Amino acid sequence: MRFDYNTRYRDSFALLRHADQRIAYALLAALLLALPWLASNYLVGELAYVFILCIASLGLMVLTGYTGQVSLGHAAFLAVGAYGHAWMLSQGLPLMVSLPLAGLLCGLFGLALGIPAIRVSGLYLAMVTLAFSVIVTHVIGQWSAVTGGFTGLAVPDPVLVGLSLGGGKAFYFFCLSLLALVLLALLNLLRSAIGRAFVGVRDSEAAAYSLGIPVARVKVAAFALSAGVTGLAGALLAHHTKYLTPDAFTLILSMELVLMVVIGGLGSLRGAILGAILISLLPTLISRVKPFLPDQIAKQFGLETFIFGFILALFVLFEPTGINGRWIKLRTLVQSFPLYRKDTFKRTKRYMKSERYK
Amino acid sequence: MTGAALQVFAQLTVNGIAVGAIYALVALGLVLTYKATEVLNFAHGDMLVVSAFTAWGLITVAGLPFWAALGVTVLIAAALSYGIDALIVRRITGQPQFAGVMLTIALAFMLRGLVSMGFGPESRNYATPWTGQTSSLAGIAIADLQLVIVGVALAVTAALLLFFRGTRLGVAMQAASQNQLAAYLTGVRVKRVNSMVWALAGATAAVAGVLLAPITLVDITLWFVVLKALAALVLGGFGSIAGAIVGGLSIGLIEQYAGVYLPDGSKDVVAYVVLIAVLIVRPHGLLGEAHGKRV
Amino acid sequence: MTASANLATLLQVHDLSLSFGGVHAIRQLSFEVRAGEVLAIIGPNGAGKTSVLNVVTRVFDPSGGSVQFDGNELTRVERHAVAALGVARTFQNIELFEAATVLDNLLLGRHRFGHGAWWQQLLRTPAVTRLEEHSRAAVEDVIEFLDLSPWRNNLVASLPYGVRKVVELGRALATGPRLLFLDEPASGLNPEETRRLAFWIDDIRTDLGITVVMVEHDMSLVSAVADRVICMAQGAMLASGTAREVQNDPLVVAAYLGS
Repeated sequence: MRFDYNTRYRDSFALLRHADQRIAYALLAALLLALPWLASNYLVGELAYVFILCIASLGLMVLTGYTGQVSLGHAAFLAVGAYGHAWMLSQGLPLMVSLPLAGLLCGLFGLALGIPAIRVSGLYLAMVTLAFSVIVTHVIGQWSAVTGGFTGLAVPDPVLVGLSLGGGKAFYFFCLSLLALVLLALLNLLRSAIGRAFVGVRDSEAAAYSLGIPVARVKVAAFALSAGVTGLAGALLAHHTKYLTPDAFTLILSMELVLMVVIGGLGSLRGAILGAILISLLPTLISRVKPFLPDQIAKQFGLETFIFGFILALFVLFEPTGINGRWIKLRTLVQSFPLYRKDTFKRTKRYMKSERYK
Repeated sequence: MTGAALQVFAQLTVNGIAVGAIYALVALGLVLTYKATEVLNFAHGDMLVVSAFTAWGLITVAGLPFWAALGVTVLIAAALSYGIDALIVRRITGQPQFAGVMLTIALAFMLRGLVSMGFGPESRNYATPWTGQTSSLAGIAIADLQLVIVGVALAVTAALLLFFRGTRLGVAMQAASQNQLAAYLTGVRVKRVNSMVWALAGATAAVAGVLLAPITLVDITLWFVVLKALAALVLGGFGSIAGAIVGGLSIGLIEQYAGVYLPDGSKDVVAYVVLIAVLIVRPHGLLGEAHGKRV
Repeated sequence: MTASANLATLLQVHDLSLSFGGVHAIRQLSFEVRAGEVLAIIGPNGAGKTSVLNVVTRVFDPSGGSVQFDGNELTRVERHAVAALGVARTFQNIELFEAATVLDNLLLGRHRFGHGAWWQQLLRTPAVTRLEEHSRAAVEDVIEFLDLSPWRNNLVASLPYGVRKVVELGRALATGPRLLFLDEPASGLNPEETRRLAFWIDDIRTDLGITVVMVEHDMSLVSAVADRVICMAQGAMLASGTAREVQNDPLVVAAYLGS
């Protein structure tokens, strides 16, 4: 069993409190840094894409997992980030100016969506974000002068002080470093007052008000932050796909992001990352397995969609706390061995409580 | 208004009602499940898709006449929906609404995937007794199929209203949707009744799908109409049959007028703009009830 | 129990009214709360007791009247600004943050004391760490006061009902209030827990110097702890005085038992 013996309060704030945690993450970091020289170019490219989706997933997790605001239209922010960044690069702005500006632009979009969104919640918010996403994609398609419309927009190569970050290893490290930055920033934010306020707003608005938390402002801030982070991911995505069209940012992409945070485990950054890894690698996994399936089942497009839905259904029904939930249960099992009780995480039976009178 | 402009307006209005009738029919199905189980069924559109493909199979491959195919499709969709509620959706009662949203999204993906795998990516079509026939009312052209759709939508609405007011099962459904515990205590078999509501919703989806597919082709993209139905529900007011009808017809009309009177491209997004605007300005829609939390 | 006749007025409610549609939840209610006292508001169900609480803490806008707290007109203050003025409350149906630990719930009680600007929190500057430590120390005082040590790191969702009520009280105390509103603090508690609650309320008033107003049905708790009692019925004040005086008032008896 593991006990924390802290002599100062600040010791309990630390992100990695125990030696074995520190060693494990150090090994992970070493592996990630060495990977481009150990793996094939294809895998390195795939991983860069995974990192980008991790960032997007983290963005959505802040909004949905921590602040409890459902968003079924986050692909819109990926789109705004991607197109904004590509356009600014084509206007001659340097990479390190365009990138944060793209995030900022998206943050402002998030603000614009957040302010009306505070008036609605739950199901209604889901629909507003859905509608917003459709409108944004439509506007991008129509605004050919800036976005190239449906013919598309080519994305300039990312260049930093003369070095191209576009290819293989360089792009991998570019994405990895941004992911690390975003992750650290969010880790800090979420264990501070703002992070606690997010959770407070999610769990009980009435109580949050009574404790002096400006609920509306917190919700809008969550939208802006989430949109900004997702926008950064969008900017990186632009470099990954090298050519932007509105069809790349469909409702299905929004749904995939939601899948990532739900399957990963709402309310945890680890969940966001694990969910992103699973969902982004799933198509590759499926195509590896296809040769072994009978011809009838191995038909293209439909199989992926079906499996996505199937996995989501399994998690919603049997493991609502997601992959992260499983991780924590496993960790508790290992740490409290042999005293782990089977019913430690038992869910109590609940009856339908009408949310119409909420 | 000049004669020609009036003619255009009238034509648009008729088109709007025809399109709106479909939205209303789809919205009806959504309202039914929402009122009963407070789950917004994101898989409703995919039930339309399944119905359309089933009808295609029955008409084109099995050679059944249209009405027989419609009947069989309705039964299959009802049974499928009943099964979905009884076996899957029922398991998440008591969990927050978000779980329901996620589960129905998962079901939507699964249904869509299955249809894709089973039928492939090509669009298909099938013949109806009204294919290619149009009528003319006072100089306004309308496809016979559209007239049938409006008629069917009215008939289905009337049937549902009669059913809920007049039959024991209908009243039981109303009771279960208003207060589950009280319904249990008065002997209503709530779980079974809820599954039957889902079956009813599936039946309306089948009717809507089978009638809509000849217009827009039998295709996976048929599921998009559920988004318009959502806008219709929001506009009309969540949680009421009347709201679904009023909302559906209104969205249909608004779209047609936007196509001509508003700048190019507005027609595609105006429904979503209306959805957002209504939710911000008047969340309970035209006919719905307002509600807030008691602390 | 000290007599509270000569203490300063902390809260002044004057001619307060609240109507929803046709329902008059509060009718021209006037009373005052004196600094350092424990005031109990009793009355049959539907009397409007919780509504008074909700109006004072700005959950609802009153239809008329004024609420003066320490020179501020509360009815014009924004809902989330009430805590900063020094007014805290608990809820009848516990409104804890279920997915968070007891510690996080209590730390959220400290929200109104700043914890650094957003960019400082992002970078986790030493100043932020110091402020977090300070809050943690303050919260530990509350934990010790309410014997919550064994539950410190437990998720609220896993706590028994009695402990949750105590956490709710603790969270309100963590805001560092001068005036504390308790909405049916004893509901759902067994007699032993209610006795402990009585001691805590007395300590809150005596040791922490916090004025307490509690809406309550449990007359044993009221008699044990309250300096003054106000009885409400159908939105209006019926009687006020000590617990014994109010209990024996014929109007009050009629309101509870019917005439």
